[in-house]
Amino acid sequence: MQYDANIPIWLQVMTMLQTDIATGQRPPGEKLPSGRDLALSCSINPNTAARVYQELEKTGLCVTRRGLGTFVTEDTARIARLREELARQAVAQFVKTVKELGISPQEALRMVTEEENE
Amino acid sequence: MSMLESKEITKVFGAKTAVDHVTLQLDAGHVYAMLGPNGSGKTTWMKMAAGLCKPTGGEIRFQGEPVSIESRKHVAYMSTEPYFYSWMTVRDVGVYYSDFFQDYSAERYRQLLQRMELTEDLKTRALSSGMMAKLKIAVTLARDAQVYMLDEPFNGIDLLARDEIRACILEAASEDKLMLLSSHLVEEMEAIADCAVFIREGKLIECVDLDTMRTEMGVSMTDRYRQIYGHAGEVQA
Repeated sequence: MQYDANIPIWLQVMTMLQTDIATGQRPPGEKLPSGRDLALSCSINPNTAARVYQELEKTGLCVTRRGLGTFVTEDTARIARLREELARQAVAQFVKTVKELGISPQEALRMVTEEENE
Repeated sequence: MSMLESKEITKVFGAKTAVDHVTLQLDAGHVYAMLGPNGSGKTTWMKMAAGLCKPTGGEIRFQGEPVSIESRKHVAYMSTEPYFYSWMTVRDVGVYYSDFFQDYSAERYRQLLQRMELTEDLKTRALSSGMMAKLKIAVTLARDAQVYMLDEPFNGIDLLARDEIRACILEAASEDKLMLLSSHLVEEMEAIADCAVFIREGKLIECVDLDTMRTEMGVSMTDRYRQIYGHAGEVQA
């Protein structure tokens, strides 16, 4: 994976894991790799990997069970909320881009529908 | 207590002050990138930490004790220049290391050679500069040391082998070990280092946590490098 070196690496890896959780690629209750394995598979510093799990835990997306490891939350309502958060972020980015291009929201919506139907 | 600590350390070579009153604390559990243009004193600092050259002033400590023959047992240092006899084969290099260091593992050496795509029967004089660079890394990381100092581990190494080296470095890194890397290929270290030490003209500029710097200043290690050393050397705060 290539990282944007201007943005904290932990944030980028966390976003990647959030996407996996939101899309169901990592289903509720699934065991996540150990911090060390995450560091190796993502080629990141082990402290960065530990930070990723701390932050995911803070937001309630994963839980660490002592001696067992870190797991995706089984709280499906929380995951639904994550999906909505990520969708809203994507929409906000989309709106920003089309605005910069001088396209009205109505026009943009029409384009979205067209794209869908293609 | 820091794993490695230098207090006002200074090294003078004739008219040149290579390291100028550097006070620096490096802790276990981190991968530090040591940065600075050529001749800024990185190698000299590392050599003093490795006990290979004596400071002119100040002191350097490993786990609270002055660096000495004793500390060399726990500090693995890889210099930029190759240091093997030309008659040696890759296998001989391993034997040579096993004679010097108790923490050397022949098993680990074999694994690392395989990953670096080197075979034991190769003569060191027949190695390309990239192969020699990989050999140095393999034999250094084959030690189970507490401190690893790798001077320019990515120099002259192709893209794919650099990925492998990064992986080997991360595998060797752990909570109770200290890893210090110097490289001019700053981008190679962005994701594997968590702290950066910037040195200029022998003086310490700063030692920073990289993700904190990215958050607070919105800059990468590479950007910060340009800020510090670019623009005729004016430090931009």
